[in-house]
Parts: sequence; C-alpha cells; structure tokens
Amino acid sequence: MIAARDLCKRFGGTPVLRDLDLDIARGRVTAIVGPNGAGKTTFIKALLGLVKPDSGLLTFNGAPVGAAPAYRAQVGYMPQIAQFPENLTGADFLALLRELRGVAETDERLIDEFGIRASLDKRLRVLSGGTRQKVNAAAAFLFSPTLYVLDEPTTGLDPVSSGILKRRVLEEREHGSTVILTSHILADVDELADDVVFLHEGQARFAGNVRELKRQTAQATTERAIAALMLGERAA
Amino acid sequence: MSALAGTVAKFQARDVVRSRWLAAYVAFFWIVGEGLLRFTGGDARAVLSLGSIVLYVVPLVTLVFGTIYLYNAREFTELLLAQPVDRRSLYFGLYGGLTGPLCLGVVLGTTMPFLMRGGAGADPAVLALLCGTAVALTLAFAAIAFCIALACTDRLRGLGAAIGVWMLCAVVYDGLVMATVAAFDGHPLERPMLMMTLANPIDLARVMLLLRLDISALMGYTGAVFQQWLGGNTGLLAASLALCVWIVTPAWLGLRAFSRKDF
Repeated sequence: MIAARDLCKRFGGTPVLRDLDLDIARGRVTAIVGPNGAGKTTFIKALLGLVKPDSGLLTFNGAPVGAAPAYRAQVGYMPQIAQFPENLTGADFLALLRELRGVAETDERLIDEFGIRASLDKRLRVLSGGTRQKVNAAAAFLFSPTLYVLDEPTTGLDPVSSGILKRRVLEEREHGSTVILTSHILADVDELADDVVFLHEGQARFAGNVRELKRQTAQATTERAIAALMLGERAA
Repeated sequence: MSALAGTVAKFQARDVVRSRWLAAYVAFFWIVGEGLLRFTGGDARAVLSLGSIVLYVVPLVTLVFGTIYLYNAREFTELLLAQPVDRRSLYFGLYGGLTGPLCLGVVLGTTMPFLMRGGAGADPAVLALLCGTAVALTLAFAAIAFCIALACTDRLRGLGAAIGVWMLCAVVYDGLVMATVAAFDGHPLERPMLMMTLANPIDLARVMLLLRLDISALMGYTGAVFQQWLGGNTGLLAASLALCVWIVTPAWLGLRAFSRKDF
C-alpha cells in the first residue's frame, strides 16, 4: 500500500532519512519503532505530505505522495500532541474536519466509548490533556479511512481509554484497514503489531512480521525482540 | 481552493473573535474615539488625532498578534495539512481567519463613537478613508507577520522581529526623514522623499488621510511633497496603489514560504 524507495531527507545538513527503502502492507498493523532521531516522525510526516523529501520516491496505492492532496481523504491522522485553537469547542473542531472533507456521515463510536460527548461543547482550552487526546483520537477515526497513521497514540490516555483505543485499532484491521503506528511503549507494539519496522539512523534495519523478528533475535516476546534490536544497534 | 480556504477562515475567525485580545482591541479604539469626541467635538482635528493613533496601533497589534497566532497554530496547521487540503487554501484560510476579525474590530471600534452620535459632525468620507487605511494596514502587516513567523522557527526571535519591523516603520523612519532633510539642506528632496514614503506603509496611510483632510500645516515633510507633486485625487490613487503593493507582495512571499515549508 505504501512504498518508499531511496527516500532521503536532510534537515539543515543533518541526514534524517538515508536512502530509506520500505514497504507497508495493506490490511495489517505496522509498528515503526526506533530510538529518538531515527526518522520515525519524519517518515510519517513525509507520508502525510507535511515534509517534502529531498530525493527518492514515496507512493500511496501506487501514486506518488505530494502531487495532489486528494489521497489524504483516505488517511486518518492522530498526531502525538493534540494542540487545537483554544477558543474553539470540540464540536467546532469536528465540524471543521467534516466541512473540509465534505463528509456529513461520520463514525462517532469512539466519542461515545470515551464518554466525551458532553465535553465537546466546552472550549478545548478548558479540557484536560487526556480529554483533548481523546478528541484527537476520535477525530482520526471519524471518516472511516483506509489508512490510519497514529503517532504515539496511547500517550496521555488512562489505561481504560488506552484499552478502548487499542481494541478499536484491532477492529479496524479486521475490517481491512491499514494501520501505521509509532510507539515507545513496547507492550502496545506487542499487543497490536503484525509487522515491525525498526528504523535506525534513517534506514530500515528490520522490516518484517513479528514472528520473523522473534526468530531473528531469538526472543520470546516482541517487546524483548525490539529491545534486543535497539541494544544490538547500540553495541554495533 | 476558495471553498476550503473559506472553511478554514470561518473556524479560525471564530477562534479569534472569542479571544480576549480582540475584545480589548475593539474597546481600545472605542474608548480613544469616545475620549477624543468628548474633549474636542467632532471636527477634523479629532478625526486626525484618532487617525494617528489608529495608524500606529493597528500595525503594532497586527504584527504581534499575527506572529503569535501563527506560532500557536503550528501543531493545528500540521493536523489540517494531514486532511485533503492544499497548502494554498490553508494559507489563505489562516490569513483570512486572522485579518477578518482584526479588520472588523478596528472598523467597529473606530466608527462606533461617531455612529452613536449620528456622525458627530465628522466628514463621512474621511471616516471611511480612515477605516479603509486601517483595513489596508491590517492586511499588509498581517502578511508581514506571516512572513516573519514562517522565516523564524524560534518564537522569541520572531516576536522580536515583529516588534523590530514596527519600530522601523513607526519610529526609526521619522528619524531617517529628519536626518535626510537636515543632511541635504538646500538640495531638491522631493523625489527621495516620495521614495521614502512609498517604502513605509504607515506613512503612506498617514499621507492618504492628510491629503483627504486637506490640512497642509499638519502634513509633515513627506505629506507636503505628495500634495505638491501629486495633489488631491491623483495622490490618493497613487498612495492606494502603493498600499496594495504592500499587501500583495508580503502575502505572496508568505504563500511561497508556506508552500515550501517542512512542518
């Protein structure tokens, strides 16, 4: 569904993505992991058209990303930090997204499951960080996209809400959606991911399914296997 | 493009309208206008005094509020860019969402004291011109604020640059004019003065207002040059055109920077 070929990006002379080659399969949950500065956020931003690569090719369903913004109608993005215009209400925010996408029928299950419907009429400024994060998550699931891009989705959520979100991610996969997520919480990766991409210094050092990862690193859990990858890179 | 830009502008404007900043902005002009009318009556001098306050405060508030607005909207801009929206629409949406309420605020605050007195003896054409120049300055300095916020990633530096631009146009400029006049005493200075006025949107707006009020004694050096060289309506038109250039150029530069930026 997504393919990167020789993708390069520098920020002020520092290479962040270095000839990155990567394929992300349809209908699976792919976790992108790696140490800080490995290029996880930059790759996600390139995928969303927020960052323009210096060279290389990045395609979504075979079409190059960045040519036209229409492909983003199929993407639901949940950013790591939920920052909204503080004088708007949650309902205003969701209405803005609906108008931008020209879609009136939306999937509001997460709003009800999180129990935040009453909070939507309050200004976003007065909501707690956790509630804002729930609004943020609900917004990403509003338009039944074919691709979910979730950047550190469980940060700032309480265990119950985090569980609701994770259940929903797996449910979406059952219905054929593709999910890309980054997380530092390896237990979440263990619970959700079918495939793992391990980024290090702007390159994919491992990309494959969880079973393969465990076999290669000779570890019993995904959590330990990823830790082994990270430690291996550090030792090298 | 226009429909998406309109949608973004509508919601951004809703956010700005609800902020305390904007209420204070309207109240400020209202109170100043009210005070001037109470103490002087509605003659040309009251409008002129109000005009000079408006023409200096509008750029300052627009620059400072504009840069802060764009810095605060940074994460939200990323979220909006992840929607099926092109950058051009988003840029003009953000720009419209800022300038709309600011323009409305200054026009409302400035005219209300006069309207509540049934005009208060002020020439409606002059009042309309004052509002027009205030709107033009808002549009120009909001675009400059966008350029600054897009060029400086660092908030504090951007805010410093915004205040620096205002100091340059409002304070340093007058000093430069004075210094030039003093240094080249006895030389023909009409053309260089004309050039200097064109280089400063605040002075342009001031000259426009003065040309319309027809008070040669209060024109100042650059105003006198405009009166002499361009006179009445031609001068007004030339100054308006120059102001338009001051809106379009930074707005275009900002759009270019916004389209190329990595968020």
